[in-house]
Amino acid sequence: MANMQMNKTPMPEQDPNVRNRNFEEVALGYTLEQAQNEAQRCLNCKNKPCVSGCPVGIPIPEFVGKVAEGDLAGAYQLLSDANALPAISGRVCPQETQCEGKCVRGIKGEPVSIGRIERFVADWAAENGLANVATAPKNGHKVAVIGSGPAGLTCAGELARMGYEVSVFEAFHTPGGVLSYGIPEFRLPKAIVKREVANLEKMGVDIELNMVIGKVLTIPELFERGYEAVFIGSGAGLPMFMKIPGESLIGVYSANEYLTRINLMKAYKEGAETPILHNKKVAVVGGGNVAMDAARCAKRLGADVHIVYRRSEAELPARAEEVHHAKEEGIIFDLLTNPVSIEGDETGHVQSITCVKMELGEPDESGRRRPVVIEGSEFKMEVDAVIMALGTKANQMSYGGTPGLEQTRKGCVAADENGCTSCPNIFAGGDAATGAATVILAMGAGKHAAKSIDQYIKSKQ
Amino acid sequence: MKKYEIAKKKVLTSEITQISVYAPLVAAKAKAGQFIILRVDEEGERIPLTISSAENGLVTVIFQKIGGTTLALDELQEGDCLHDFVGPLGVPTHVEDLGRVAVLGGGLGCAIALPVARALYEAGNQVDLIGGFKTKDIVILEEEMGKACTDLHICTDDGTYGYHGFVTGKLEELIQSGVKFDHVFAIGPLLMMKFACKLTEKYNIPTTVSMNPIMIDGTGMCGCCRLTVDGEVKFACVDGPDFDGHKVDFDEVIARNNTYKEQEAKAKEKHLCRLGGGAMNG
Repeated sequence: MANMQMNKTPMPEQDPNVRNRNFEEVALGYTLEQAQNEAQRCLNCKNKPCVSGCPVGIPIPEFVGKVAEGDLAGAYQLLSDANALPAISGRVCPQETQCEGKCVRGIKGEPVSIGRIERFVADWAAENGLANVATAPKNGHKVAVIGSGPAGLTCAGELARMGYEVSVFEAFHTPGGVLSYGIPEFRLPKAIVKREVANLEKMGVDIELNMVIGKVLTIPELFERGYEAVFIGSGAGLPMFMKIPGESLIGVYSANEYLTRINLMKAYKEGAETPILHNKKVAVVGGGNVAMDAARCAKRLGADVHIVYRRSEAELPARAEEVHHAKEEGIIFDLLTNPVSIEGDETGHVQSITCVKMELGEPDESGRRRPVVIEGSEFKMEVDAVIMALGTKANQMSYGGTPGLEQTRKGCVAADENGCTSCPNIFAGGDAATGAATVILAMGAGKHAAKSIDQYIKSKQ
Repeated sequence: MKKYEIAKKKVLTSEITQISVYAPLVAAKAKAGQFIILRVDEEGERIPLTISSAENGLVTVIFQKIGGTTLALDELQEGDCLHDFVGPLGVPTHVEDLGRVAVLGGGLGCAIALPVARALYEAGNQVDLIGGFKTKDIVILEEEMGKACTDLHICTDDGTYGYHGFVTGKLEELIQSGVKFDHVFAIGPLLMMKFACKLTEKYNIPTTVSMNPIMIDGTGMCGCCRLTVDGEVKFACVDGPDFDGHKVDFDEVIARNNTYKEQEAKAKEKHLCRLGGGAMNG
């Protein structure tokens, strides 16, 4: 008989007024008792709606059932066979719109907290030295993966498991892509990313850092070097700005820059070589996960932080938990508000941001109600930094100019849901193919592409 | 040789050092005008340096000891390895036979002007290379520059060597003496490039500048190196570093490059203290 408790078993967290001054992980994870209690809420439905909501197809009721029984090793085996990076997805997936969004328990009460159970199992395995690194015997075929973010790492892991020799080319000095430079330590500790990457290396994946494909080697040159297929998982790089006056003032950052300075270059640490400005009052423009991350980092560096978002709370694209955490930590949400200019002092430093108030009109092409400016609502807010978290657009550095490789209207690699492109030996997935999206969608794309690559290489024989 | 090993190190002046780093893949692809990003150690900052030359698996860069990172870099000796070395980044300088061109190098900028001048010279241009320095003692690369152009003009601010004055003064003198330049390339401190562009605008000479804003990734990801060119936001790392000098908003770049001035000064001080401490103890 399932545990009929209506709500999720709470997960211990650092107190908001303590954690908003440190970079340690916010959510502390379940104990075994808590994980089992939560797992026992699963009804083990026959048609498994949760699995249909999972981009990587984890056998959710089965692994949750193992946790309920207390067979954690069995749970880890099932989980890690389907998902190469469970400790990561357990922390950063938008479960409310995926597996948990489909959970029958969510109809009356809260869904089973699948994400928290997933995280518990992955962390338990790591603490007990378990790693699912078994691979098929080496098959002698070489595949190159461009980018070591969630798409690339997942694709590499899947291929290595099938016996392929995989090289991952990363432009930065650290692997992980957005997992390393973007998502902050307090949401995804970098030790976990390192651990997952180390597991891939144990599976024989070769990770080559400081390799900017498109510059040091092109995709055709990778083929010349004996790679039979190439997976493009280079992400959606170029940060967007609003094209309003004042965006080049000192103190205006793209969220990518701000987060990279903090996460990758550890600018928040005393004595770090890479500097960051310690601001007093910061406006973060945007409403996605990246905006929440930037806002919460700025808070931790001692600033008063406002999120400025042009639509209403219902349209915030960020994960519900991130919005909740941000509010708890004292981030102020200026909703239905849109910047029109940024003003600086005589030395070129940001002094204020001028915004207008918005109201929601008719739905636009995205289906969301279009924000419309309220006449005469202009007001000025004094700030000393503005962080633009407006999303990113295609960065074609790795694949631009590759003969025969078609692009989408937005300049991404044109790829189908199996990761196939207009070139039979080139595959793509994640943000490089879709534009900015989520970690788990990138992981799903990496997984599907690995399957397509396997089919392609086998079909040649 | 080991990955990213410093194969050769040459002290050019008390402030400027040249190193050649073993990075064969980068060396095979490097072209004039491109840059690399390096890190000295595991905790180090990423700094961009323009490629001075590249051959036989070695990439040569020249740097000035201005901050904590460049001071730490200068402590490394031949045989030591850099932690990271990535490139070649940026779009190479567009090189074709333009006719008669002037290449202006200011101080350390001469290290970057040198490969540009060489490439233009080899492409058939008549090249006037104008290299400016504060004083005679810090003139670098004179011999190499001499071989990379038709005429070399060394200038010093204090008149201790060559033409007495700034590179822009020398350029204007040549123009006024009747030389018709088809194109000018200006590479050096922002102020020098700004004034070179003001001058060439007056004489209607197309001018290319090599921008060096603050950078992190060098691949278009962070947007830190953005500048305004002809009213549009451009990223120096992927759209540049070369731009049409008459369209660059120099004052904005100058202000942005001062963002971390205070912190950089502190880092340098801290580094010098550490060195001092080491010497006292040792």
